[in-house]
Amino acid sequence: MNHWQRLLSWHRPEASDQPLSLERGRIYILPTRHGWMFMLVLLAMLIAAINYQNGLAYLLTFLLASLALVSMLHSFRNLYRLRIRPGHPAPVFAGETAWYPLLLENPRALTRLAIGMQQQGREATPVDVPGNSTAWVRLAVPTERRGPLKPARITLYSLFPLGLFRTWTYLRPATPMMVYPRPDSSRGLPPPQPGGEGQDSGQARGGDDFASLRPYHPGDSLRQVDWKALAREQGLMSKQFGGGEREVLWLQWELAAPLEGEARLSRLTRWVIEADSQTLCYGLSLPGRQVEPARGEAHRRQCLEALALHALPLRQGEAR
Amino acid sequence: MRFWRKKSRGTPPPAPPGSGRLLLLLALGMVLLPQLLRMSSLLVAGCVAVLLWRVLYEIKGWPLPSRGLRLLIVMAGIAGVLQVHRGILGLDQGMALLAVMLCFKLLELRSLRDALLTLFMGYFMVVGNFLFDQSMQMGAYLVLVVLLLTSAMVALNHPGGQHGDVPRYFRLGGGLLLQALPMMLLLFVLFPRIDHPLWAVPEPETRGRTGLSDSLQMGTISELVESNEVVFRVDFDDAIPPASQLYWRGPVLWQTDGRNWERMAQQPLNAIPAFERLDAGLSYRISQEPSGRNWLFALDLPTRLPDGVSARAVVLPDMQLIHTRELRKRERYTLHSSLDYRFEAQQLEEWGAALQLPEGFNPRSHALADSWREQGLDDEGVVDAALAMFRQQPFYYSRQPPLLGDHPVDDFLYGTQRGFCEHYAAAFVTLMRAAGVPARLVTGYQGGERNPVADYLIVRQSNAHAWAEVWLPGEGWVRVDPTSVIPPERVESVADSGRFESVEADHRLAGSGLLARLGWRVSSNWDALNHRWDRWVQGFDRQRQQQLLDELGLAGWGWQQLALLMIALLFAILIPVAWWLLRRPRPADPVLAEYERFCRRLAAIGLLRHADEGPSDFAARVIAERPDLQGAVNRITGLYSALRYGRSAGRQGLIRLRQAVRAFHPKQA
Repeated sequence: MNHWQRLLSWHRPEASDQPLSLERGRIYILPTRHGWMFMLVLLAMLIAAINYQNGLAYLLTFLLASLALVSMLHSFRNLYRLRIRPGHPAPVFAGETAWYPLLLENPRALTRLAIGMQQQGREATPVDVPGNSTAWVRLAVPTERRGPLKPARITLYSLFPLGLFRTWTYLRPATPMMVYPRPDSSRGLPPPQPGGEGQDSGQARGGDDFASLRPYHPGDSLRQVDWKALAREQGLMSKQFGGGEREVLWLQWELAAPLEGEARLSRLTRWVIEADSQTLCYGLSLPGRQVEPARGEAHRRQCLEALALHALPLRQGEAR
Repeated sequence: MRFWRKKSRGTPPPAPPGSGRLLLLLALGMVLLPQLLRMSSLLVAGCVAVLLWRVLYEIKGWPLPSRGLRLLIVMAGIAGVLQVHRGILGLDQGMALLAVMLCFKLLELRSLRDALLTLFMGYFMVVGNFLFDQSMQMGAYLVLVVLLLTSAMVALNHPGGQHGDVPRYFRLGGGLLLQALPMMLLLFVLFPRIDHPLWAVPEPETRGRTGLSDSLQMGTISELVESNEVVFRVDFDDAIPPASQLYWRGPVLWQTDGRNWERMAQQPLNAIPAFERLDAGLSYRISQEPSGRNWLFALDLPTRLPDGVSARAVVLPDMQLIHTRELRKRERYTLHSSLDYRFEAQQLEEWGAALQLPEGFNPRSHALADSWREQGLDDEGVVDAALAMFRQQPFYYSRQPPLLGDHPVDDFLYGTQRGFCEHYAAAFVTLMRAAGVPARLVTGYQGGERNPVADYLIVRQSNAHAWAEVWLPGEGWVRVDPTSVIPPERVESVADSGRFESVEADHRLAGSGLLARLGWRVSSNWDALNHRWDRWVQGFDRQRQQQLLDELGLAGWGWQQLALLMIALLFAILIPVAWWLLRRPRPADPVLAEYERFCRRLAAIGLLRHADEGPSDFAARVIAERPDLQGAVNRITGLYSALRYGRSAGRQGLIRLRQAVRAFHPKQA
């Protein structure tokens, strides 16, 4: 039963992010157009051999036919038992090119050459996977719209060694790729407002005035790192800013008022980028979603994701 | 999404890798070389110029010609071929055209597709070269070309390859070819062969060659005997018969004007005329060099038409075998002959032709023949009298006989008394006819030289011979060789001594120096090697296949059975090759091998160990997912860790680990 199901849905693998090892049932192989052409040439050679009763022509024809058969095995072997681990694509802004990575692990001692990746007609540069080693193959995915981009079916293939056969497998990674809204080209930020009553002093350490140094925590912005301290071999330290007043910048939906829809999201996206680059303490307020003020990489990602997902139409971003 | 798809289709395909292009150029240059040597110099210059242009483009980055110029060059090339080789049907023309097209295709190797198409043309060009030359040397040269072409094919399919990868391409290409060899041999031996071409094909042109001609003048054969050129080689199924029986029958000459002897116009027959066989006969296989003539050679007398010739063979009523086409390439055929036979005359009109003599020539010979009849000798007595005359009177066997006058037979019999085989045969036939005994002159080859290395017979132009046949009542046509009765002391040339006694080269080499003997030994070995090549590769046709299958105990198998056997054996080869190629790399360490087996069984239920995951981390993850496996997983991981990293256990531990792993059969949750 299981086999039948697989046979019927052979071109639609289940979406999964689990690492997998390519076994027999997952690898397909067929002659390429060049393979058919080669067969025609062999047929012409065979006819010449028969018509001229030429022993060496027979020999060469049979050598090349056997070569094609052997190359079929080699072609299959190029993918056989290759281990694939879908990577996590870095989020991008709409309009940018996202890179979809796959980690290929070669458990064999022999190098696997020229393994390519294909998705919806787009090609990745084929890579070689050295023996007992790994290699990344990255596919460029152009993005247009914000929101989570479900990866389409990926074809991992190889034409090696002779290009007479194409061997391939289908993958459907599960993790969607996050596409942030396209930032617009405005400059400047809305004026800062005093922090809300609910703000605890420990939460927001904003402002331009240097306050103190504390050990680096993962998630701190790299701009906060005291590089001079690092050079003095005092270890990774983060600069704390703030001073007396807790300045909090609220990036509010209403502040981008004249703009509508996507343009409004683009403006807010631009503000988030700006605020982050100035290491400000900022919060984001959207209709139905609020991100409390903070700073750092994790906070930036949270804000941009909130913008990416804001009021998304149902079928938005679904890749077919 | 559609938008992007369209755009990516619009971009040109990536150019084939540079190292692949260079390998391809080298291979094509090599495959074109023998073909260029056969072409006219103007075309050769054009092809070489185009090749160099491409090489300069690859190395120095010269610009390639524009589209219009390319078109012009192609037109010029085709016009050149048509101009040099008038008409387009011949093999030479076709190959020249292919070579020109191949050269010009080099100017547009923009995509992988172009490159591979050109490469396939290169493979075909190898076959083209084989049609002109199937020698071992050519074979070896083209093996190199095939290796280059295959490596180029590997390189072309490796995008991003560097020049440093070239040794790897040769290793891969050579490895693929080596792995293809067993299947190639199988296909070569078992692929059903047919005798005749599927349709008539043009053959390579041949230059004029020396050899027997269809008329004989006294002196024509003695010119031939200085030539060491091989006419044909013979493999006998059994032992080589004695030299005195080896008469290879060629044109039979009937008509004479006193000086020239010529053939008689006869209607060819589709079956051997009936004659009485007095022995079991013998089978042999002839491999005849191209002669430009359509004669085939059989031992006196063939019992059936040759088997395996490329076109139809027929026989003349006087038992000469004729091929319906001129021999432009090596021809191989199987024959069966009876050496002891009784061959009656077929048609009454033969009698007139067998007694025909011109008026007014050779009066003294006529007188001699009449004197024998007056003595009351019968036909057989006349034959014996003539032979006795040659034996007893001072007749010499000479390679440089003096010129003869207007009555050549009289001059020879009563004047010079020195002659070569054609002198004796012609004089004998003239005497017989003058005495009223029907006689005819047979030309062909006699004897041969056994190759001591591989035990086959080589017949050269120097074995050319002429003899006579007389018709005796009750016995039919009887072969009489007047030359053979000359006693050895009157044979002038060492090379001719013993030609009727032995096929060994000893008599010829007697008295020659060490160097000559050594040279003969080397050339015998070389000839034997080439002959084996001819038997097993070049000339492996239906007869040879049948012979081999008979030896393998597959006699009587039809082609359908052979095809089935071939396919079955193909799989029998392919499966072990596949197993060997796809086998799991077995770690040298048995402990690691057992642990990997354990990991494989977990991978089969969806728990794949990450490359960077240690055994204990992996075990923890497995147990978290499948608590039911906890006992076995912990036990195996513990044993493995102890063997791997601890100091304990050793052999006992390994056995316990093996038992635990073999007993571990996790089921899908």
